[in-house]
Amino acid sequence: MTSPTKAEGSGPSVALDPELASTTEVDKPKKLEGRSPGQLMWQRFKRDRTGVVSACVVIFFFLIAALAPVISKLYGKDPYTLYAQEPDFPFLLDDFAMPTGSFGGMSGDFWFGVEPKLGRDVFTMLLYGMRTSLYMAVIVTTFSVVTGVIIGMVGGYFGGKVDYWLGRVTDFFLAFPSQLFFIAFMPVVTALFVSPTDETPTYIRAVAIILVLWFLGWMGLARLVRSSVLSLREREFVEAAKVSGASPWRIVRKEILPNIVTPILVQSTYILPSTILTIAFLSFVGVGFVEPTPDWGRMFAIGAEVYEQDPMFMFFPGVALVIFVLSFNLLGDSVRDAFDPKTGR
Amino acid sequence: MLQFLIRRLIGAVVIMFLIGAFTFFLFYTIPQDFAQLACGKNCTPENIAVIRENLGLDKPITAQFWEFMGGIVSGRDFPQGHCSAPCLGLSFSSGEFVWDSIIDRFPLTLSLTAGGLVIFLVIGLGSGLIAAWKRGTMVDKLVSGASMVLSSFQIYFLGPIVLGIFVYSSGWMDNPKYVPITENPVGWAVGLLIPWAVMATIFTAQYTRMARSTMIEQLSEEHVRTARAKGMRQRYVFFRYAWRGSLIPIVTIIGMDLSALLSGAVVTEFTFDLPGLGRLAVQSSLTKDLPLTMGVMLFGAFFILILNIIVDLAYALIDPRVRLS
Repeated sequence: MTSPTKAEGSGPSVALDPELASTTEVDKPKKLEGRSPGQLMWQRFKRDRTGVVSACVVIFFFLIAALAPVISKLYGKDPYTLYAQEPDFPFLLDDFAMPTGSFGGMSGDFWFGVEPKLGRDVFTMLLYGMRTSLYMAVIVTTFSVVTGVIIGMVGGYFGGKVDYWLGRVTDFFLAFPSQLFFIAFMPVVTALFVSPTDETPTYIRAVAIILVLWFLGWMGLARLVRSSVLSLREREFVEAAKVSGASPWRIVRKEILPNIVTPILVQSTYILPSTILTIAFLSFVGVGFVEPTPDWGRMFAIGAEVYEQDPMFMFFPGVALVIFVLSFNLLGDSVRDAFDPKTGR
Repeated sequence: MLQFLIRRLIGAVVIMFLIGAFTFFLFYTIPQDFAQLACGKNCTPENIAVIRENLGLDKPITAQFWEFMGGIVSGRDFPQGHCSAPCLGLSFSSGEFVWDSIIDRFPLTLSLTAGGLVIFLVIGLGSGLIAAWKRGTMVDKLVSGASMVLSSFQIYFLGPIVLGIFVYSSGWMDNPKYVPITENPVGWAVGLLIPWAVMATIFTAQYTRMARSTMIEQLSEEHVRTARAKGMRQRYVFFRYAWRGSLIPIVTIIGMDLSALLSGAVVTEFTFDLPGLGRLAVQSSLTKDLPLTMGVMLFGAFFILILNIIVDLAYALIDPRVRLS
């Protein structure tokens, strides 16, 4: 069995220079050569312009999130300082604590404007807010995907009683009204780590958000993996492996897993943006991150409050979120098409 | 059919019980004194003792749990008075019965959900059908592109924009507000028009894409090709063959989206500052008002389960195979 895993692993990094990859292909056009499914998928993906562009946008977002400290150092501001109170910027906010300049106080010093009331820098707030959200979402998605794959695999491969009960547990968690659950349990999970009278440190909040989202994040993938494994289990190559005395662990790892990598990967590209939106939702309603931790979602809460006077505040966070979610969805569709050219759109 | 319905109802009751038990015991793992919380700022040890007794917190956890569950079925007596049948207990913070607070807030959430659902189903499925019908033309590209972009929007981003256009700058409409439908149906519809539109826009976009792709998938099925080969009219093939086939996956996805729909309503409440269940949930969770949080959770789960059963019944209407078996 050739495993497509290797080619996928190298996927995003090669996406940065498609020319290089295509020249090697042109060099030897006549020679017949065997291609692994991963290589085939990669070739189809390269030809999909939307997919490549959205992959670049997604990578760009992750890059600026990872490089936020460097960027803010070069830019010379940070998301915590209340610039309105600094002597360097005396006229940042007017008497109503709204930005003085036009377009929300946009200027050479404050690229994306100034926050009303407190006078913080919107550009670095957004930069660090994205950083928080993306890091959290990557962690939650990884945990949920691993959990979902394990539970789905165990259920699908072993079948019988194990499968039945795992299925019931999955159904049970699916019946939870997830958003209400997140709202209700954020304080509970926080209180598990820290006494309610004390100040909650930011990292505890982060851990609580991860736990709560992870808890209700794995079911969809578990179902998907289970049903794929169920049909793969009966295939000849798995039986051949069984007959030749391979251990269940080896069969799962070498025979089954490479075959379900595709749906897992596609599903993950849908889980990640929706996790970001859920984290943003929690902060928006006020149970996620609190001041002064910069957070993408809370910028919308602030923005909604001051929208009537300063609509520009919400512009950049909003547009950034739309572009991010849009390119992630497009990327997911392209990856799916590249893996499975049969699904016509 | 009846048997199926009964089985589903029993399953729903079991799930409700499990969610209740799960929530209840998880809450009691917090190392925290609820009587202290209910008592407020300046309170004496005697006060705490009284509250503890009133709320039944002096009993062991399992006894409290069964008392709570018993209250849902047959009602309970509190020092504040009798709490009749679906009794979800007494709120720590407000001292009101939980059921009353929920019933007070629920009509708004229900209005948002139902209104949004109707709008996005009609527009979403309709435009998806048109896009599939006119596949490859400018109309298709326009609809698909617009729905792709709009589905990436967020309620909390789109909401203020719409408010800015229609309320703040032009003054064409008033700020959204909730008027009970029983009092003034016109005021109800007008007051909720903007929230509905914003909430429906995002869902509409998703359903347009989905309806389009399932329709296109169905149109490539063999029975559709056979019908075409027989020389059937295009419109007949489209609606009687492909559309009926694609209803089943669409209804399945609606069933899976019900929970998302409820959370959409919650976000909408926050965006437009409307007092619904979501606000109640956040408020109760921040004050760690256990009975109120439990109540909202259970009620939300119940609402989704009921909608799920309705979706299952819809299957029977669409698919004759379900009816016959």
